[in-house]
Amino acid sequence: MFGLKADWSADVFERYFTLGDYAGGEARWCPGCGDFAVLNTVHRVLRDEQMPPEKTVVVSGIGCSSRLPHYVGTYGLHGLHGRALPLANGVKARRPDLDVWVGTGDGDCFSIGAGPWIHSIRYNMDMVVLIFDNGIYGLTKKQTSPTTPAGERTNTHPTGAPLPALNPLTVTLGISNVSFVAQVPDWNPPLLYQAIKLAHQHRGTSFVRIIQRCPVFSDSFCKPFQEDPERLLLLTHEHGLPMDESVLRLFPEQRAHDPCNWLGAMEVARDQSRLPVGLLYHDPDAPVYEDLSAQGLNKTNEEKLAVIEKALDNFAI
Amino acid sequence: MWLLNDPRWEGFMTKQSEQDDTVVSMERYAGKSGAAPKVDEYIVEIVSDSGEGAQKCGQTFGAISGKMGNGVWTVEIIPAEIQPPARSPAGASGIRIRVGSRRVTNMGNEAELVVAFNEQVLFSRIANGAYREGTIVLLEDKWKEDPDEKIRAQYASAVKEFQEHGLVVHELPMEQACLKIVANARRGKNMFVLGMICYLFSRDRELANKEIARTFASKGEKVIRPNIDLFDSGYAFAAERLEYHWEIPVDETADARPTIISNGNQAVGLGVMASGMELVSMYPITPATSASHYIADVFDGVGGFVHQAEDEIAAIGFAIGASYAGKTACTITSGPGMALKTEMIGLAVMAEIPLVIIDVQRGGPSTGLPTKVEQADLLSALYGEPGDAPKVVIAASTIEECFHFVILARRLAEAFRTPVILLTDANLATGVQPYPRPQLQEEWLSAPVDQSPWDDQVPAYDWDQETGLSQRPIPGQRNGEYVLTGLAHTTHSKVAYDSDTNQESMELRSRKLAALQKTLKPPRVHGDGMGDLLIVGWGSSLGGIEEAVDRVRAEGRRVSSLHLRFLSPLEPGLKEIFSHFKQVMTVEINYSDNLDHPLITRENRRYAQLAMVLRAQTLVDIDCWSVVYGHPLQPGMLQRVIEQRLQALNN
Ligand SMILES: Cc1ncc(C[n+]2csc(CCOP(=O)(O)OP(=O)(O)O)c2C)c(N)n1
Ligand SMILES: [Mg+2]
Repeated sequence: MFGLKADWSADVFERYFTLGDYAGGEARWCPGCGDFAVLNTVHRVLRDEQMPPEKTVVVSGIGCSSRLPHYVGTYGLHGLHGRALPLANGVKARRPDLDVWVGTGDGDCFSIGAGPWIHSIRYNMDMVVLIFDNGIYGLTKKQTSPTTPAGERTNTHPTGAPLPALNPLTVTLGISNVSFVAQVPDWNPPLLYQAIKLAHQHRGTSFVRIIQRCPVFSDSFCKPFQEDPERLLLLTHEHGLPMDESVLRLFPEQRAHDPCNWLGAMEVARDQSRLPVGLLYHDPDAPVYEDLSAQGLNKTNEEKLAVIEKALDNFAI
Repeated sequence: MWLLNDPRWEGFMTKQSEQDDTVVSMERYAGKSGAAPKVDEYIVEIVSDSGEGAQKCGQTFGAISGKMGNGVWTVEIIPAEIQPPARSPAGASGIRIRVGSRRVTNMGNEAELVVAFNEQVLFSRIANGAYREGTIVLLEDKWKEDPDEKIRAQYASAVKEFQEHGLVVHELPMEQACLKIVANARRGKNMFVLGMICYLFSRDRELANKEIARTFASKGEKVIRPNIDLFDSGYAFAAERLEYHWEIPVDETADARPTIISNGNQAVGLGVMASGMELVSMYPITPATSASHYIADVFDGVGGFVHQAEDEIAAIGFAIGASYAGKTACTITSGPGMALKTEMIGLAVMAEIPLVIIDVQRGGPSTGLPTKVEQADLLSALYGEPGDAPKVVIAASTIEECFHFVILARRLAEAFRTPVILLTDANLATGVQPYPRPQLQEEWLSAPVDQSPWDDQVPAYDWDQETGLSQRPIPGQRNGEYVLTGLAHTTHSKVAYDSDTNQESMELRSRKLAALQKTLKPPRVHGDGMGDLLIVGWGSSLGGIEEAVDRVRAEGRRVSSLHLRFLSPLEPGLKEIFSHFKQVMTVEINYSDNLDHPLITRENRRYAQLAMVLRAQTLVDIDCWSVVYGHPLQPGMLQRVIEQRLQALNN
């Protein structure tokens, strides 16, 4: 790739990354799994944003979806169930130069990881958080998750999930310092791409809930939306997700929604009858925690030793 | 309310006649004014309701004494609640200071003098065996005239009770004297009392004034002045009212190196900085938190950051993330926090992430004794994770070691690509002791993160077949890209689907401990290398054990001791050392069954934690003695235990 600079000298990019540079191991998800769509999109966004693979870290918890890092050829951290976010925050804390991505499931994030979920939204560290929400525990074979719709039969609730499903959007929007909330289905590639790309460009914790197909354990989670697009509400706005006619055509239900409007976001998030698709909320100016945690990175050894000597002086006899 | 014939008085209050005469003699009490008699050491307590500043008073007294060149050991007396009811035995809050001519390594036996702000708080100290016949009690007397009849009666009966049990009680109008200087004596009596004890022990007044000014420096002259006035007035008050007066001369032959004085948590904090740690990730828990308080105060200067996480799991996860990204990090906690961290520790072991975990132990299980000492996390530190999770475990036995072991831990963590657990405890955390000022070294600081390209021929886990050691790629290093995982993995960090890989990688992770053990020296025996009884200890009980052993040895008995710093891997040569003694016995502050009970047999006995480890490792029939009273081991108590064991052995 070449670019011309003002002084007319040709600037040759030293490195240009192709999709192949982001390829990891061969993905081992079930045929028809929505995770493939997300993986491909992550590869494409990384390529289009030309992120150096060695500077990119993909962090995850445990679950089918949390296998993500193994399938991306960057650095990766496949952590513990529910704990992707603290690990990712730690990566970023003293290394703001690293580009951090998180892959997590509905069980991983909203159930066992509920504490870190809430607090990580508050920390608002610069990272993309992709929630693969298939409304079920996939890896452990069909147990009820917090987003399993009430009445859905699972192996732990054979007569139907007893509780109303948790609404991750209203919860996330309700957390102080929330800065980016989007929701997209995995089966709409252009929207998925735009959501992840915008999330990546946002400085702060970008929460992207992906409604994800799991044909093996929770086919009915996505089916109603696939079969009846009127059950989806497309959010349109000049500051929302970029979309062209081909996308707009697919959504009979649309609403203009300014992502700066938090109350409006809450309103569409709460609407149980139609699932909002697009960018619900965006505050580019929310403070990020690494601006605190990564201070003082440039102290020299001389400076440090002088400070420690002074600390010792305070205890000197 | 303790009754006169309450069994608690018995046994806990040692009779004068039973005392070892090298420690105490009545002459010590005959120090009438005039030339102050010299004593080798003295144990003082200050006890009050919480919030009356007894601890600050004692800490300042300790600092003054330390700066005069005396040996010092302080132990805080902390009630479990922040604001326990006033004038209640359970609310006793205060401090013990043991001052000596030479180095002092533990809290000693019974106090010889106590200043009490009310009479009720003394009861819990009595029940803890803190005093003996002849102990001088300087007691606030305002309760004598309290408007509440009940309080007056309580006071009168307590004073009588104390006297009948041989305490030497002086009722003093301290409050009244303070009110001449400040409107609220509750806020000033501690400095008044400091003045009193500084007179009693001939402390350097100028130094004391400086120390007070330092203590209140942040509050300015308008606070410093009245406190110095209170001090002066307490000093004069004692000179006028009390017939006692001692000197604790400094042993001039003692170590003349520059010295610092701090508690164990401050030492940990200093060690964290001196080791080049960049991140402390923690969740508040007693008695660990004050280490993070101290670090938070000064960490900016070295460019470090204290992260207060949402819980202990997130705290260690955050530290692991930072360490994975090449930054040196630690997490500081206590027992309940350790329990929460186990899954993450397993991840760090499995994925070979360097990490320092500092466990300031308190009493367990569950919430247990939050403010009190126990050494009961050894087995959970060693074996707490599901599956086999070999890691380095070391224990500091002095406040000085609290400093140096953080540096040691960080370097071991890096060199062996492993988590390292450093065990300290509540006794070290709040105890204050002078120790040689560390000579900082630049190589203690962490090296900058390596961002040079990685040799792509080298896999992420390039295990050396001999030692299990390997280097790790750090994000940012080109060609080093790998996925760290807690799943069983191959040398390339790929998920292992075959059983051989798991067997082999488990062997190699375990091998690292053997490789480390080969670099260690056998521990030094305190006393003779052979004899009747060998006491084995670990952690903060070092000073108490060695003092007790020295006393019994002075009686001509064949006892020695040995103190372990490395618990995983164990220091080498133990079985050989043990073989030169008729009996080996651990002394620990954790629970073990007592063989005296009819239900307890050698077959079902649950041993103290180090004893269990050593028995398994050496196949020596190691005995143990351990208690969980929540306080440090007194040398006098240990002395009696050792004497009994020796007697049983020789019968
Ligand atoms: C501490 C802990 N508890 C339970 C598990 C078992 N477990 C693994 S994945 C999982 C649920 C995964 O569901 P989700 O997060 O929705 O991911 P999915 O597999 O659906 O992508 C559970 C319960 C575990 N690995 N660790
Ligand atoms: Mg799921």
